[in-house]
Amino acid sequence: MDPRVNIIDKRLEKIKKIIAVSGGKGGIGKSTVAATSALILSKAGYKTGLLDLDFWGPSAHVILGAGDVYPEEEKGIIPPDIHGIKFMSVVYYAGDRPLPLRKAGFTQAAIEILAVTQWGPLDFLIIDMPPGMADATLDVIRMIKKVTFCVIAIPSKVVLETVNKTLKMLKELGTPVIGIIENMSVEKFSVKEKVKTFDMPFLGEIEFDPKLEETIGDAAGLLKTDFAKSMSKIIENTDAFRSKRTG
Amino acid sequence: MHEWALAEAVISTASKAAREQGLGEITEIKIKLGQLQQIEADIFEFALKEIVQAQKPLFENVKIQLQEEKVVLKCRACGYEWMFGDNMKELDHERSEAIHFVPETAHAYIRCPECGSPDFEILKGRGVWIDSITGE
Repeated sequence: MDPRVNIIDKRLEKIKKIIAVSGGKGGIGKSTVAATSALILSKAGYKTGLLDLDFWGPSAHVILGAGDVYPEEEKGIIPPDIHGIKFMSVVYYAGDRPLPLRKAGFTQAAIEILAVTQWGPLDFLIIDMPPGMADATLDVIRMIKKVTFCVIAIPSKVVLETVNKTLKMLKELGTPVIGIIENMSVEKFSVKEKVKTFDMPFLGEIEFDPKLEETIGDAAGLLKTDFAKSMSKIIENTDAFRSKRTG
Repeated sequence: MHEWALAEAVISTASKAAREQGLGEITEIKIKLGQLQQIEADIFEFALKEIVQAQKPLFENVKIQLQEEKVVLKCRACGYEWMFGDNMKELDHERSEAIHFVPETAHAYIRCPECGSPDFEILKGRGVWIDSITGE
């Protein structure tokens, strides 16, 4: 039998809130929302962790400009501090090489990282999820009992089709969803209107910010963007992003 | 030492088994150490002993058996099956460390010797595995 699954609860027991940033499709801004949220929460005085579970295309380290700091080994793995965030990613082990994992390999690697990472006390752990609603989502729901989902949508009928399916699945599995964030919003198409039929809270919208790309890799610059300002507003107005601060 | 976290997982699993099966004492735990993860058996055993010390009387007389398991990989593309043990020495420190922490990163570093594919299955010898937990 695999002993690792039995220690995951203990590894996460001192984390107050775990929010998986998800959405059915790729390229909708999950990683940018996840990394920016973690930066905003950390700046607000919350002890925050960020776990990049997108093993096929990890990118949170690029957004944060994580640099050459690496995890330390101490009764497990201690995530490095990146701009005040405890950050963990498979990129520390696979580097810039592609990691062609099948489903079983993804699950094994996720269990390993969850079993050996010593997060310590955190107010928030933000999880940057890979695209899709199958393996990673099901694994996270199975292994992380207190996970909640924050679903990202963009103004696209194609994306909303999948978002709707993701939400239906999460609902069917009884997994808490804190709500939907509309990213890259444009005037002509309102996700807010469309999601009314999804029976989920709409947390807010983030307008398409043409200057965002210039700040990728520059955390301080990223926090000054309109994108981050919109995200801050969403965080301020959402109960799920509030917690008693850990001293 | 990263081995500690895995040792803790083993003891946690044995404690859970004891609770579920109403065992007053765990007498033996048989563990396989897959060579791909290159767990240091001495360090792992030390960690296990330290952890059980704190959990008497459940583990007062526990015997812990460690058995190394060779790595067997099978290519999904061409079907070739091979033992990886000897090739382990060919991995440089960085690759070896990466696989030690997350064995699935083997897919970033190891290729099928027949067809060069990274799409292989780890049939045996991945990492820490509990063969059996005995108690009374």
